[in-house]
Amino acid sequence: MESSIFQWVYDLPIAEHIRANELAFPWLESIHVLAITLVLGSIAVADLRLLGWASVKRPVSQVLHEVLPVTWVAFAVALVTGLLMFTSNAVEYAHNKPFQFKMLLLLLAGLNMLVFQFVTFRTVGTWNDAVRTPPGARFAGAASLVCWIGVVAFGRWIGFTIGF
Amino acid sequence: MLSTLRAFGEWLAMTSLSNTIQNVAWIIPTIQTIHIVCVAIVISATFLVDLRILGMFARSQTLASLSDRFLTWIWWALIVLLVTGSLLITGEPGRSITNPAFFAKMIMLVIVAALTYVLQRPLATDAGYWDGDRAAAAKGIAIVSLLLWSCIVFAGRWIAYVTAL
Repeated sequence: MESSIFQWVYDLPIAEHIRANELAFPWLESIHVLAITLVLGSIAVADLRLLGWASVKRPVSQVLHEVLPVTWVAFAVALVTGLLMFTSNAVEYAHNKPFQFKMLLLLLAGLNMLVFQFVTFRTVGTWNDAVRTPPGARFAGAASLVCWIGVVAFGRWIGFTIGF
Repeated sequence: MLSTLRAFGEWLAMTSLSNTIQNVAWIIPTIQTIHIVCVAIVISATFLVDLRILGMFARSQTLASLSDRFLTWIWWALIVLLVTGSLLITGEPGRSITNPAFFAKMIMLVIVAALTYVLQRPLATDAGYWDGDRAAAAKGIAIVSLLLWSCIVFAGRWIAYVTAL
């Protein structure tokens, strides 16, 4: 059942198209790498502020407000290029361990962000200018950095474990 | 020139360091991961400064303080990139040393590193250096910088697809 969904994705015309055009995959991959480096680097600006390690002269809310739109645009590009690459070899990716770990880390990064946004960040008024932010905010920054570096590591690992 | 590079690559491939990198499966993915994390620092720092020059990021902060906040990071990241990049070449010299994508990457890197230095340097002593008459030049540098850094990432990935000479 599960495999048949991925087989259906694999059989989509767009997936056929990517497999048939040998330049498609390297281009998608190049754009994906550029996008993910921007995601990691820009979110690191936010994370390092939450940890009190950088941008400490600027209010937390301002740092996040300025940098996160860049992160979101880059994430959208990484998502689209990633989905397209996934379709081209869907069944094998779905059963690839590094790929599964990468998806798990993406999920954790998303949950971490939701908790931060809807719980921790609500009290930002009291620590907006503080160098040393509350434990919850520092945890969110550290967890985010670990998740995203892990996403890069497992993403790179996929390339060594998938056979075309 | 090409034969010298090839001979150097053959010699490098026989060193014990190269053999270790080739034979221990986790080394190359790990070095590549460190390499990409440092690329993330360089790309994001330069992009954010370039986007600021183009008026698309952090307009509330002066270019000089933004440059101080971000561009200082890239020189440290570049050192790590040179070390990890050299190790990756040592592990697979045949694939990279005579690879046109690698040549293109190195040429673009030298140009854009010089451009970044030209942009950053005067700001240390004159915060308003790129304002007024020089604003158009700064915008030009920002656009070239965005393009070159993007192409460097692309060329890096294409080393895996372009056949070495």
